[in-house]
Amino acid sequence: MVEPVPDTYITEENLPYEFCPGCSHGKVLGALSESLKQQELDPSEVVIVTDIGCVGLSDKYFITHAFHGLHGRAITYASGIKMQNPDLNVVVLIGDGGCGIGGHHLLNAARVNTDVTVLVFNNFNFGMTGGQQSVTTPLASITATSSIGSIDAPMDIAGTAKVNGGGFIARATAFDKDLPGMITKAMNHNGFSLIDIWELCTAYFVPKNDFGRKEMMDYMGTLNMSSGILQETDRPSFQTSYNHIQEQTKSQKPMSGLVLETKFSSELDKPLRIVLAGAAGQKVISAGNLLASAATLSGLWTSRRADFPITIQTGFSVAEIVISPEPVLYSGIVKPDIAALMAPEGKAKITRLMNAMEETDTIYYAKGLGDVDSKAKQLPLNFPDSTIKDVRKNIAVLTAGYLTRQLNMFPFEALKEAVRQIQKPKIAEINLGVLSHFE
Amino acid sequence: MVDGAAAIARGALDAGCNFYAGYPITPASGILAHMLRELPKVGGIGFQGEDEISSIGHCIGAASAGATVFTATSGPGLSLYSENIGLAIMMEIPLVIAISQRLGPSTGAATASAQGDIQFMRWCTSGGYPVIVLAPTNIPESYHLTKRAFKLAKRFRNPVFIATDKDTVMTTESVPVDEMINAPDWPEIPTEPVGKPLDPYQINGTIHHYTGSSHTEEGYITKDPDIIAQFNERLKNKIESHIDEISLVKADLQEGADTLIISYGVSARSMEAVVIQLRSQGEKVSALTVYSLWPIPEKKIQDCLRGIKRIIIPEMNHGQYRHEIERLVNRDIELIGVNRVDTILITPEEIMETYHG
Ligand SMILES: Cc1ncc(C[n+]2csc(CCOP(=O)(O)OP(=O)(O)O)c2C)c(N)n1
Ligand code: SF4
Ligand SMILES: [Mg+2]
Repeated sequence: MVEPVPDTYITEENLPYEFCPGCSHGKVLGALSESLKQQELDPSEVVIVTDIGCVGLSDKYFITHAFHGLHGRAITYASGIKMQNPDLNVVVLIGDGGCGIGGHHLLNAARVNTDVTVLVFNNFNFGMTGGQQSVTTPLASITATSSIGSIDAPMDIAGTAKVNGGGFIARATAFDKDLPGMITKAMNHNGFSLIDIWELCTAYFVPKNDFGRKEMMDYMGTLNMSSGILQETDRPSFQTSYNHIQEQTKSQKPMSGLVLETKFSSELDKPLRIVLAGAAGQKVISAGNLLASAATLSGLWTSRRADFPITIQTGFSVAEIVISPEPVLYSGIVKPDIAALMAPEGKAKITRLMNAMEETDTIYYAKGLGDVDSKAKQLPLNFPDSTIKDVRKNIAVLTAGYLTRQLNMFPFEALKEAVRQIQKPKIAEINLGVLSHFE
Repeated sequence: MVDGAAAIARGALDAGCNFYAGYPITPASGILAHMLRELPKVGGIGFQGEDEISSIGHCIGAASAGATVFTATSGPGLSLYSENIGLAIMMEIPLVIAISQRLGPSTGAATASAQGDIQFMRWCTSGGYPVIVLAPTNIPESYHLTKRAFKLAKRFRNPVFIATDKDTVMTTESVPVDEMINAPDWPEIPTEPVGKPLDPYQINGTIHHYTGSSHTEEGYITKDPDIIAQFNERLKNKIESHIDEISLVKADLQEGADTLIISYGVSARSMEAVVIQLRSQGEKVSALTVYSLWPIPEKKIQDCLRGIKRIIIPEMNHGQYRHEIERLVNRDIELIGVNRVDTILITPEEIMETYHG
């Protein structure tokens, strides 16, 4: 609240308005000023966010804070301002053109119920750019871009905001006596509010279509779309809902990296590049994480890349792990030292890598996946007999265990410790059970 | 063990970021997920916009009301940021943007690294006004350069990019804890703003207008050519007259070397691997990692050219930075690119082959 309440919220020194004679825009600005006066708001409590177009010239006429951004995006800035400082009253002034190009923002702000007030200066065409048709141009209207009559159905802006859940939705005209009162109601609503204000563009739409005040009122009548409140709900605003999220998460621990202290040692004297090639659902990446973590716990340097199709639950799943006594600089793998094949999808995916492998490299393969076209040695993944029941579900962790036993990279204990440190207790228990077959 | 997404998010939070808005896209979604999970815990706001235009719009709005803002995307999303980046330049909004590059053009290969957006970041909006672009090569640098990006954004009231890629953001690596905690010995960025400090909207604060139209220093639209010229020159000069301060490189020069390898981002790691190998074989070779890609650290690059007859430039594009370096060096220095645009990281072996001719 402010004392004394200003007589008007319009900067007298910038008057008269730049709008054409008879343009409705000035009338709506007057109504907004009147509403701010009714609310006795301090000018510093209000941010007026204007879109582009003739309506976008409005920011300079106000003694309040103002923001003049890009065409169609005014609601996004307003929402950001309100999110950051909920004590501010944020009002968007936007044209029918802005509601067209930025329609996506309009309906989403209604859904999100962000606590801003949107005043639509709906004059059925683009004023500023020369009277082209807009999303609200009535059927068969003449505009600069519909010379023998527009053929597209007009958009109902208020109706769109309504069905998308906006808290307070109304329709009005620039000539409504109670427009200031309606604006006050909208601004006082806690949540998204919008008034679709129908008005006249005297430079273009009025003369081209013989569309004056009376014709506009008749048009409203024929469409059965008269002035009034269309929707008023007490759905919580974004601000209210988000406060709950902040409250609920306040006591949670902040994120931290996974710290693995060196507990074991390794005799590895050169980098080892391992590729685990399987299928989605086999937990290949997680087995890669176990190997990398076990190596880290053993004082080695590691990197773990993952490769999978965007639809992660189907197709191949490949983990590339580099384990090295020196820092890993190049984390890619063009020629693995070791490849482990767990599924046909993975095998097919790494054909190129296996082609590059040499006699000194080794491919381990699960049942049925042998016989690869590669110079590398090829050995079966000879899991202990006792694991038969586990192979189908836990092949990746079995492979991690098997490779750890075969390759002498780090102690088997390190792998078990990695399971304990990085996996959720329930999964860790299963995996430790699986790994016990190797002891 | 950590990936670049977590390092970047942690860097942003430690830099005081309290507002994030973004739209999911591989390989930047990890940053979005971390920020949306972490920000409410510290009283900040994390928001998933309905698209990239909305996301960056929310960031700019929140910044005008005093938030320290951050967003991240990949090439396709940067296209949608374009117009609003111009708005942030014009309004002088501090805005940090991480670009996790993937292979283009268009949807390209979403899960493959590339460095094809280096020029795009620089020239992403109309008018050609300068932005700052920093490129980390690994995870600790991702953390520290993110923090630095926030300082630069605040000081210059300008968009600052972190140019990273799928492999740096999505590969999990072991990193010594002290490299994450201890800041590298980079020169400090002064805290006082160049020009007027940002004065956010506040109740009882000074009334002011932010606008994307050409305006007076008070924020009122103007068509006066003198005022517009002065304003636009200032936007350009505030960055360009501070190139020395913004410039950040790692020069690893060897006395007697006549080959210099210049690289940045993930490709600089392969360069480093090659340099170690070459020197262990008794070769003399110099290397330069460029962290501040834009504005181009011309002096720092030229400082590395003594005795150099040949420059090798590995980058995962068709030579976008090589063309910049071409302008800076004498014609008798030979420039050779090592380039790849096939989803595979440039290998140390390829650089080695180029070295041996
Ligand atoms: C991205 C973009 N496209 C096009 C324009 C050009 N433009 C300026 S105003 C305008 C239409 C404005 O119409 P409306 O929102 O109805 O406002 P009015 O002028 O009728 O008040 C357009 C298309 C622009 N500024 N930005
Ligand atoms: S062109 Fe139309 S909208 Fe623009 S000022 Fe003139 S009458 Fe008003
Ligand atoms: Mg209009």
